[in-house]
Amino acid sequence: MYNGGKIILGLIVFIGLMAAPFIFGLGKGNAKPNPSIDTPAIKAMEKKQCVEAKAVMKTEHMKMLNDWRDSVVRDGKRLYVATDGKKYDMSLQNTCMKCHSNKAQFCDKCHIYVGAKPYCWDCHIAPKEGA
Amino acid sequence: MGMYVAFLAVAGLIVLAFLGVQAAGLHFLFGALIPYIAFFLFVIGFAYRVFLWGTSAVPFRIPTTAGQMQSFPWVKSNKFDNPSNGFGVVIRMALEVLLFRSLFRNTKSEIHDGRLIHGSDKWLWLFGLMFHYSFLIIFIRHFRLFLENVPGFILIIESLDGFFQAGVPFVYLTDLMLVAAATFLFARRVLLPQIRYISMAADYFPLFLILGIAISGILMRYFIRVDITGAKQVIIGLVSFQPAPSAEVGVIFYIHLFLVSTLLAYFPFSKLMHFGGVFLSPTRNLANNSRMVRHVNPWNPDVHVHTYAEYEDEFRDKMKKVGIPVEKE
Repeated sequence: MYNGGKIILGLIVFIGLMAAPFIFGLGKGNAKPNPSIDTPAIKAMEKKQCVEAKAVMKTEHMKMLNDWRDSVVRDGKRLYVATDGKKYDMSLQNTCMKCHSNKAQFCDKCHIYVGAKPYCWDCHIAPKEGA
Repeated sequence: MGMYVAFLAVAGLIVLAFLGVQAAGLHFLFGALIPYIAFFLFVIGFAYRVFLWGTSAVPFRIPTTAGQMQSFPWVKSNKFDNPSNGFGVVIRMALEVLLFRSLFRNTKSEIHDGRLIHGSDKWLWLFGLMFHYSFLIIFIRHFRLFLENVPGFILIIESLDGFFQAGVPFVYLTDLMLVAAATFLFARRVLLPQIRYISMAADYFPLFLILGIAISGILMRYFIRVDITGAKQVIIGLVSFQPAPSAEVGVIFYIHLFLVSTLLAYFPFSKLMHFGGVFLSPTRNLANNSRMVRHVNPWNPDVHVHTYAEYEDEFRDKMKKVGIPVEKE
């Protein structure tokens, strides 16, 4: 081999980089982030139901919040009619956070897990917790 | 012809993954087995290819000379385009790998008013660079889904990539650039007759495959959204060797994963090996020192030579006898 040392070194670096996620992942459990819905407002609900179905909220909540913001800020329309016909006030702080008052235990759980940094709290006042 | 074969192949892969996951419910096959096999093929195949190249003989210096070679001190030499030492080679390789220096020199010849004109043609360089850097950033970005605790630098790259905060989730600039650049690379193969003539299925297939990966990823993020937390769990399951592909994550995720697996498995057998090959190009990575160092071919046979001096020693008497002049009396 010509320049064998350098080639082997390059290959070791390559394999090391490729194996890195596996090395970091080794021995770690596959813990699922468990957003808590254990808040007084949700406990008091008879039927625990968000604005839309859970599966929809999981994948579409960011789009819904964005649409709500556009509707409220640009058109001044605050009324949201859900698929089941229920009416809601389009408001992050007064509707969403009324039930999900536990930002650290709910929102942040998944957002931190997947590295998402939504900019809700650039404008809104983040709830004070632990009180 | 090759283009249609390649297109059908990629379309077939997408249909295969869709049917396999959606209709047959083979989540474990598409979500664990195939990715593992593909990754294994990629790493081992890549390393084996590079090792094979490493065993080829490189007895002489064969760099392409793209500038004045070093000779007399009063002749100005080009240290990086025609390097004569290791440092110059490192710079040359860095320029080549990071900035595609040789593609930057791309030229095009056209006939204008009956005259042949040679001119610079930087479009391929520009879009090639855009394509590769977008791909690299997208690759790095994906590690937020491969590492349980996301390192800060990945979050910084991600926030820069979504700098304009357009749409929800933020539109990544690299997503747009990758698709634009890959489309350019495809369009050039179709629209330029000369390039079209030399393009084969093996040229179109990786392009379609990468476009398929990009588009499925974009669909998954912005249009047919999947539960990203569930997707990350599947991936973390893979890297922690506790695969648990979930049926709850949408089928588009499995199509994306299957196309990526195909790319990985295909990589070592294809032109994509230029990733490893660029580092092992003897026309780039050798110092042009042929006039300073004598490079002897190590497997030269030991040729027995009979020099004139020896010849004269052997025949001096006979030469003198017949009057042939000799050098040594």
